[in-house]
Amino acid sequence: MTMTTPSTATPILEADHLRKHFPVRQFRPFAKPQVVHAVEDISLALVPGRALALVGESGSGKTTVARMLARLYEPTAGVIRFRGRPVTASRRAALLEYRHHVQMVFQDPFSSLNPVHSVRYHLGRVLRLHGRAHTRDEETAQILALLGKVSLTPAEQFIEKYPHQLSGGQRQRVSIARALAAGPEVLLADEPVSMLDVSIRLGVLNLLLRLKREERLAVLFITHDIASARYFAEETLIMYAGQSVESGPSDAVIQQPKHPYTQLLISAAPDPDRPATAKPLPARGEIPSLVTPPTGCRFHPRCPHAMPVCRERFPGRTELGNGHWTHCFLYGEGNDAPEGPATTHS
Amino acid sequence: MRQTSPSNEIASVPGGANRPALPPLGRTYASPSPFAGLMRFLRAFWRAVTVNRKVMLGSAIVGVFVLVAIFGPIIIRQNPLAYTTDLVRPPSAAHWLGTNQGGQDVFVQLVVGTRSSLSWALLSGLMVMMISIAVGLVSGYAGGVVDDILSVITNVFLVVPAFPLAIVAVEYFSRSTLTIAIIVALTNWPWGARVLRAQTLSMRSREFVTAARAAGEHTWRIIFLEILPNEIAIVAASFITTTIQVLLAVAALEFLGFGDSAAISWGTMLYDAYFGSALFQGAWWWFAPPGFCIALLGAGLALLNFGIDEVADPRLRQGKRRRQRGRATVAA
Repeated sequence: MTMTTPSTATPILEADHLRKHFPVRQFRPFAKPQVVHAVEDISLALVPGRALALVGESGSGKTTVARMLARLYEPTAGVIRFRGRPVTASRRAALLEYRHHVQMVFQDPFSSLNPVHSVRYHLGRVLRLHGRAHTRDEETAQILALLGKVSLTPAEQFIEKYPHQLSGGQRQRVSIARALAAGPEVLLADEPVSMLDVSIRLGVLNLLLRLKREERLAVLFITHDIASARYFAEETLIMYAGQSVESGPSDAVIQQPKHPYTQLLISAAPDPDRPATAKPLPARGEIPSLVTPPTGCRFHPRCPHAMPVCRERFPGRTELGNGHWTHCFLYGEGNDAPEGPATTHS
Repeated sequence: MRQTSPSNEIASVPGGANRPALPPLGRTYASPSPFAGLMRFLRAFWRAVTVNRKVMLGSAIVGVFVLVAIFGPIIIRQNPLAYTTDLVRPPSAAHWLGTNQGGQDVFVQLVVGTRSSLSWALLSGLMVMMISIAVGLVSGYAGGVVDDILSVITNVFLVVPAFPLAIVAVEYFSRSTLTIAIIVALTNWPWGARVLRAQTLSMRSREFVTAARAAGEHTWRIIFLEILPNEIAIVAASFITTTIQVLLAVAALEFLGFGDSAAISWGTMLYDAYFGSALFQGAWWWFAPPGFCIALLGAGLALLNFGIDEVADPRLRQGKRRRQRGRATVAA
């Protein structure tokens, strides 16, 4: 793979078979050590100028994936590749270099900004860390440009403000500006609008859309709202309890959901166009414990189509054409992907 | 999206369309003068020491003592140990606070002693503050083995009895205020360290710390520039508390005769007064002034504690200005 300007189809950031287990702290010295199986075998690719939506319930491991990609967590297994090269180094310089390209926007704008620091400090620190400003004048000019970019105008008024003087939407814009301050090519947006008032969500969402287009950012858009995934992202990946269940172009996934979980998720989303007579799918159960997850496909205890085989092993990937694929025995054995993850746990 | 109708602008920033731009913003941002930073600092300092009435009183008291400590010995220019023939005289024009048994001027001793008492108290307070910040924040942020080791050390120092140790150390090493200050500092830091560790543990999981890490911030900058400013109220409060404790401890040890007898401080004055049976002779001007000074300085420092939150937290910092503006509009 060449290091020259990648074509549109070339992914800039790839994750291969990412897996994350968190040890459970417990005060039983002789018990078997337990782990939370937060993420099992997630693979994804981010392309410049395009967005991938990661959709799932709370606790499905979406944020863990983003934090692994931001290198806040070390993956238990799997490889992250940036421009085709595996990212393994944990030396500070290498990490900083990686963060120069990959930045994250956090979910909660009320806690992701430090209450004792002004907007200038938040943005200025990142600018200086990544060598984009060296004097106060440079810093000021860059900050004003960034604030303009996230539509916080007049920028001069916002530069000395403290977080408590800003509304939720304004804070999230500062948070986005902070991520942009590093000059990234990849933006990991962890539910960027879920904590905002409904009335200002669209504004922030449109801002991110514009940035994706104008800055040619590769965006990972994490959400639990399948409607915003379709609005924002070209592609969608559905996660359930740490496993990927279905992925493909957003329209295909949402118009013709194949996996029973995706169907359940979509039937749960309010849709004014759906006839009132349409029966909602029977939903049963809750998201399972990730310390002792169900064997095989983790959705089988809730699945209306569960078969004996679902209990035994996790289905491999079944290609449905046009980049749409799913992990479900309803559509085949799933031998299309080279390997199926072993997920049996006692 | 964000309309500027004044009625539903509540959550939005002050300084919308219907209000003039906030003056401090324009000023701080646009002025390139080299004095701008200094002026900003002085303004912030003035605001800090006058944040409310209690603090104003406290900073006035402490300020007077600080000025006396700095300039007093320069202005007085008398040897506080000089003997005269005026033995145990009550206050007069010649000796404002009278004289003691050696004919030494009590007022001169009091002024000269202020420097020693105050500087040792502040110095030990500073030492305690630095140790507790370093130990508390590092163990809270690092966690794991580092935290375990530092916690054990903290707990060991927590149970060391300060006063007897100070007496032993003074006898063993040297009879100097430095020894007392070091011992008092070594036995006082664990309290602050434990509080700061607990606070840091909760701060560490806050999202702005994660965000700083994701931005690539240095670990020591995360600890000391992201987390520490959020704990500045605790730090300042423990600094003031320790300063008061050190002031009292040093005075007490000196009163008991463990001080440096060649140096003059409030504690040694009390020691002299006790040995010269000042109380028995009715020479109140000899023992009352140093005692009064210790009590007054302690009270002044305690009053400062009442304003720390309002100074340290930017949310409360804004409060006063808003209140003032509110008052102005009512008046107009």
